[in-house]
Amino acid sequence: MVHHLLFFVFAALAVGGALNLLVQKHPISSALSLILVMGSLALLYLLLGAEFVAAIQIIVYAGAIMVLFVFVIMLLNAGEEEHTKGSRFVMVFGIPAVAVLVGMIVYVLANRSQMNTGIELGAFVGSTSGVANLLFKEFLLPFEVTSVLILIAIMGAVVLARREP
Amino acid sequence: MDSLINLAFFLLKILIITHVLLGAVAYTVWLERKVIGHMQNRWGPTRVGWFGLLQPIADGIKFILKEDLLPPGVNKFFFLLAPLLAVALGLTSLALIPFGETVTIFGRVIPMQISGILASNGTVYDPGVGLLIILGITSIGVYGIALSGWSSNSKYSLLGSLRATAQMISYELALGLSLVGVIIMSGTLSLREIVNSQAGPFWHWNFFLGGQFVAFFIYLTSAFAETNRIPFDLPEAETELVAGYHTEYSAMKFAMFFMAEYANMFTAASVATLLFLGGWHSPFEGLGIPALPLPAIVASFVPVFWFAFKLFLFIFLYIWIRGTLPRFRYDQLMAFGWKFLLPLAIANIVVTSAIVALRAHS
Repeated sequence: MVHHLLFFVFAALAVGGALNLLVQKHPISSALSLILVMGSLALLYLLLGAEFVAAIQIIVYAGAIMVLFVFVIMLLNAGEEEHTKGSRFVMVFGIPAVAVLVGMIVYVLANRSQMNTGIELGAFVGSTSGVANLLFKEFLLPFEVTSVLILIAIMGAVVLARREP
Repeated sequence: MDSLINLAFFLLKILIITHVLLGAVAYTVWLERKVIGHMQNRWGPTRVGWFGLLQPIADGIKFILKEDLLPPGVNKFFFLLAPLLAVALGLTSLALIPFGETVTIFGRVIPMQISGILASNGTVYDPGVGLLIILGITSIGVYGIALSGWSSNSKYSLLGSLRATAQMISYELALGLSLVGVIIMSGTLSLREIVNSQAGPFWHWNFFLGGQFVAFFIYLTSAFAETNRIPFDLPEAETELVAGYHTEYSAMKFAMFFMAEYANMFTAASVATLLFLGGWHSPFEGLGIPALPLPAIVASFVPVFWFAFKLFLFIFLYIWIRGTLPRFRYDQLMAFGWKFLLPLAIANIVVTSAIVALRAHS
């Protein structure tokens, strides 16, 4: 009961934040709406029992990546967005495309209702050790490869930043 | 019915803890002024009440009665949101901190932690990733400062908040990594279990036998930087930036930033106490010293006393260092964080995990 109530509150917050992200003109407002979306998603993970993923979602996305976004926006002192021809194009074709996508998802979910009856909010616990076992036993190779990928990205950033004129 | 009583106790607990914290914040300011005063051969506040003890209350009344200015040119929504965010996040992390085992009042066993839940078998459960949630909340705490500087539309505020943001991102890494050693030693992320893994006389604490004293000093330094205290108070360097990110704030909104800073100090000190100094465990536990003949209700508060005592030592250290050290220069600050603390923290993780791995094999 409480689980469902919380689910609807935070699902509504996530969707509302995402819509606000699109509607807002100022980059800072959009960035903060994105933080709201990420915080709500973290709470949805928590409701599903994935406490570790929820905490990491907050630390990494809301606490690190978005801080850098906000920092850059502040540093560049970015002003309000202006409407261009491109944005009208997006309005005309984007909204019907989104409507089609949403309709498709609803159609698929409605016709496969037996698929998602087994999952109950708050019924299972995704512990830290569970995540660690998956990462460092079953998916060790993809995990390490990803870390190399991130290392390459860092090196790329250093090379770009230090390029002599 | 029973769940309603539980809810009432729960709300009462939140109310009491929040107010104790805010009272402690007010009197920490008094203590700071007094101690710094004596260190600098002055008296500190003496006029209001005995030893100036009513000074925090007078300050509070002053903050409430002062005119609440809203400077022209500010972004109103974010200007108002920023102090709220700072103070709310500062108080939220307190919900996760355990400051004692349990107390029994009116036949009810109450866990000394807002987020602690009593299971039917009598053990207390707290969030399995409590430490990570505290880290998450502190990392979001940057937004209060970042937004305040940006929305003030003033160059001093913006510079202050840019500095604060850069500083907090940089030192968060060293802070997080310094805790990994403790997590490896304890094998859990739950604060309550970390504390209980250090039970016993004082050399069982992570600081001593846990071998985490290097991590402790990294944590302490980063925590000073995270809470913008001297010698890392560049975001509000008075001599350069007027008052930094809260230059444009007045009256209670300014006081809210103040409360947030001190609440963050308390959180950082609590985490240090829990992780490195055995939390609420007495240093003489298990030494065979007979317990004092205290009434049962007082005896159940003894762990809380030990926790508060260790917390007080940290708060005093904050003040002491403020009276001792000058401010870092900005490049020194960044070089110290990235080139010294971060590699040291990584080295600590390597050594600790090597020790734990070797111990597991032998």
